[in-house]
Amino acid sequence: MRDDKGIFYRIDWVLVGLYLALVFIGWLNIYASVYNETHNHILDLSQKYGKQLIFIIAALFLALGILIIDPKFFSQFAWFIYGFFLFLLVLVIFSGREISGSRGWFAIGGFGIQPAEFAKMATVLALAKYLSALDVSIARFRSLVIASAIILIPAVIVLLQHDTGSAIVFLTLVIVLYRAGLTGFIPLAFILFPILGVLALVLPKLMMAGVLLVAAGIFYLFSNKRFHSVVLISLVFLGSVGFVFSVDYSVNHILQPHQRNRIHVLLGQDIDLKGAGYNVNQSLIAIGSGRFFGKGFLQGTQTKYNFVPEQSTDFIFCTIGEEWGFVGSALLLLLYLGLFTRIILRAERQRSRFSRFYGYGLASILFFHFAINTGMTLGLVPVIGIPLPFISYGGSSLWAFTILFFIFIRQDSYRYDLV
Amino acid sequence: MKRIYADRKYIIIGFFLLIGLLYLARLFYVQILVDKYILSANNNVLRYVTQYPARGLVFDRYGKLLVYNEAAYDLMVIPRQVKNPDTSVLCNLIGISKKEFVNRLQKARNYSPYRPSIFEAQITRDNYGFLEEKLFLFQGFYVQPRTLRKYTYPVAAHTFGYIGEAGPDVIEKNPYYRAGDYIGINGIEKSYEEILRGKKGMKIRVFDVLNRDKGSFRDGKYDTTSVAGTDLYSSLDAELQEYGELLMTNKKGSIVAIEPQTGEILCVVTSPSYDPNLLAGNIRKKNYTKLLQDTVFVPLFNRALMAIYPPGSTFKLVDALVGQQEGVLFPETRYGCPGGFPLGNGKMVGCHPHPSPLDLNGAIQVSCNTYFCRVFKTIIEKKTYGNTRQAYENWRKEVMSFGLGKKLGIDIPGELNGNIPTPAYYDRYHGVNRWRAMTIISLAIGQGEIGITPIQLANLSALISNRGWFYTPHLIRAIGKTDSLNKAFGTKHKALVDERYFDVVIEGMANVVTGGTGVIARIDSITVGGKTGTAQNPHGKNHSIFLAFAPVQNTRIAVSVVVENSGYGSAWAAPIASLIIEKYLNRSVKRKDLEERMINGNLINGKLENEGRQGNILPD
Repeated sequence: MRDDKGIFYRIDWVLVGLYLALVFIGWLNIYASVYNETHNHILDLSQKYGKQLIFIIAALFLALGILIIDPKFFSQFAWFIYGFFLFLLVLVIFSGREISGSRGWFAIGGFGIQPAEFAKMATVLALAKYLSALDVSIARFRSLVIASAIILIPAVIVLLQHDTGSAIVFLTLVIVLYRAGLTGFIPLAFILFPILGVLALVLPKLMMAGVLLVAAGIFYLFSNKRFHSVVLISLVFLGSVGFVFSVDYSVNHILQPHQRNRIHVLLGQDIDLKGAGYNVNQSLIAIGSGRFFGKGFLQGTQTKYNFVPEQSTDFIFCTIGEEWGFVGSALLLLLYLGLFTRIILRAERQRSRFSRFYGYGLASILFFHFAINTGMTLGLVPVIGIPLPFISYGGSSLWAFTILFFIFIRQDSYRYDLV
Repeated sequence: MKRIYADRKYIIIGFFLLIGLLYLARLFYVQILVDKYILSANNNVLRYVTQYPARGLVFDRYGKLLVYNEAAYDLMVIPRQVKNPDTSVLCNLIGISKKEFVNRLQKARNYSPYRPSIFEAQITRDNYGFLEEKLFLFQGFYVQPRTLRKYTYPVAAHTFGYIGEAGPDVIEKNPYYRAGDYIGINGIEKSYEEILRGKKGMKIRVFDVLNRDKGSFRDGKYDTTSVAGTDLYSSLDAELQEYGELLMTNKKGSIVAIEPQTGEILCVVTSPSYDPNLLAGNIRKKNYTKLLQDTVFVPLFNRALMAIYPPGSTFKLVDALVGQQEGVLFPETRYGCPGGFPLGNGKMVGCHPHPSPLDLNGAIQVSCNTYFCRVFKTIIEKKTYGNTRQAYENWRKEVMSFGLGKKLGIDIPGELNGNIPTPAYYDRYHGVNRWRAMTIISLAIGQGEIGITPIQLANLSALISNRGWFYTPHLIRAIGKTDSLNKAFGTKHKALVDERYFDVVIEGMANVVTGGTGVIARIDSITVGGKTGTAQNPHGKNHSIFLAFAPVQNTRIAVSVVVENSGYGSAWAAPIASLIIEKYLNRSVKRKDLEERMINGNLINGKLENEGRQGNILPD
């Protein structure tokens, strides 16, 4: 037993350091994005940076609390926590407050709490718990269905709150399933279908069908025997062609108008810079005007003067891009990539399946948020309003990410205790 | 526990890194490779606010203020900030209809919902007072100070010209001007534009997304201050100008007075005219159209520079000078006058009764047509030139050296050449070698194709009083300071006639006033030299012309007066010229009866009361 040295000697200080660095960068840029000469005291609670400082302090207490809880608590109470947050997710639909079109907030005093943020943590716990059970193998259909249900139930409820962005985040947990043994074709499909969808909107459909036919033929001729099923390949082919032909209809008839506009903007088919394209264009202007070294702390003109909307929450990356330039943005990108890689590598070193799957869940959620959020500000991904982990302004997201993160730190810290 | 899928971590990490790399490349592209974003960023937040300098003032020759600036206000609107104002109140304040209000707002919105547009330009200070009290009611509206040109005396409108917003053609050609800038469009305002306008300054302000001013950019490091325009000292005598316009009330014509020693224009009157204040500010367009459409008075036509008249008998002075220079005429040369000059085809150029024969002095005094037809004939038929064409060509060169028949180059735009016909013209009209002195004899008495402008006529008078030279007439004597003289007008132009030939002409002109065709121009205290002229007008009554200078020795003023459709030169032009001389030299006019008769004479609408016959000496 190496327990004698105490918890603070056994946690991964590299991860904690990355966490603290990101939180600090976040606060600094929130300060910059709402900076105003008349309110510049960092504890001014009428300003976002003042509130965020309170959130950060509270988050650190939460982290500390998690670190002193018995690590077994989380695996043992996983189902309970999952159930509790599912309940809250349903409850919020009926008694929550509506903020910018989605019914996902509880009003507690002056603050709003968004249970969807915490539900991600609960879902990761439940999924890890389920997959760590000895009788579960993802190769079995039954297990796959249950695991999928664990992911999809909260996603569907969040969708009912009209919060599409948060709902999509749950789908990223397919990475955990993949690590647990799911065939690679499913996550591949998750990547390929959006690409196929984009191409379907841009290119002629018959040409697409032709290309798919050739792809199916090549696959049939060159793949190994295991997938050598004419029926399966034909089904996938037909499905893809059907998908290609239905994308247009879906985009134009099923999606909400604002979602449709965002897709048109992304594809460059909508150049109305005062309408749907405004956010992304302003975001690119802000980032692009930062050039190599940036304009300097508090010197950003685009973000400071509110040209970029939602700049302290969803578009916080603009402030970083504008004031810290390519150097600062690239450094932040590397910090994130370092964080994800470190989490995966630490997860692989876990002796408990629960901790490992939990680690993968954590990395997937963080990565997805990061990829969608920065991709959106860079005009690579449609505008989906989800926060940049640890950096964006907001109590719910910071606390939820902190809890999600420190549960893993806690699990990791006692990995040697397991036999 | 077998970890069969452990290697999948590489695929997952690889995928993360791939996306990261893609984003890094995108960052590199957006932040370093392309320029358009930084340009858009500046466009987003920086507003270049022009600092308009005060336009230069214009003073008269005695230091009286003629043209100055008054504060005016442009009502600006930022459409996005407009919040359901009580439109009817605002409409009443600036005098527009509700429909017009909606139109203008839509126009501004089409330009930009975030940026200011001019809603109503150049509201005067008086109207601004009412607006200012209520302006707080109308969100999204504010006023921007501009300047409005004002004129102390409501005179000399054509001379001053006017200013207006620079049009697209100007903006395209000249990078100094931007939309909304003012530019001189006519008169002094145009020809001295670069001096009067000063230099615009530029303040760079930072604006946020709601177009709120967030202060100066980099503490004003890149701001430039405006430099006020330079003042001009005009040669005009404001009182004389005003008096001249008064005398020309209800008459068509012009008065030009020049100081012969300097070429400075003392007054330049064209009538009918208009109040220059009519073309200043937001009323300009409306009034301009009105003036333009007035085809009866044609007030926008500057007769002093643009009207071309046959000079009539005033041209005999030129005959006298050129004849002497050519050696075919002497002061003692006498020609008899049998009541006219026979043309050889049974017709003759008529002349009025006068003593005969006369010498040169006497011929000028009574303006004998016969005498000067003979002079002209001898010049053109002079043997040394070989043929008519050459003799004429030489004659024309000498005549044009008097500043006739071509633009003098005065310092406001619009001047016309006039016309001293070319030999080629006569070749075309009569055929080569088919014209002789007798064919073009009407030139001798200033009739026929010859045409000169009132300013050329005044300049001729100045030239004669100077005995053969002139400075180009000009309106601006000094720039910036009273003693920094306008360098553009320092060149002396010499006529191709020697100084000594002028004495007899000047003497003759003095006699015109003391006992000749222009006795009405006599002033007891001042010696005056003058010459009457009557320009035949195929469209109606003759134009009355008078050319004068005074005093005869040490001349200080040379004048030309043309009064259209008013008869003989002695009828209206001579008395008006005489009053102008008296006013300028004595600063007041004693001959109140004459003055009153001149002012009240209505030659446009009223009946002509005075045919101008004085005593037994007929005009010309």
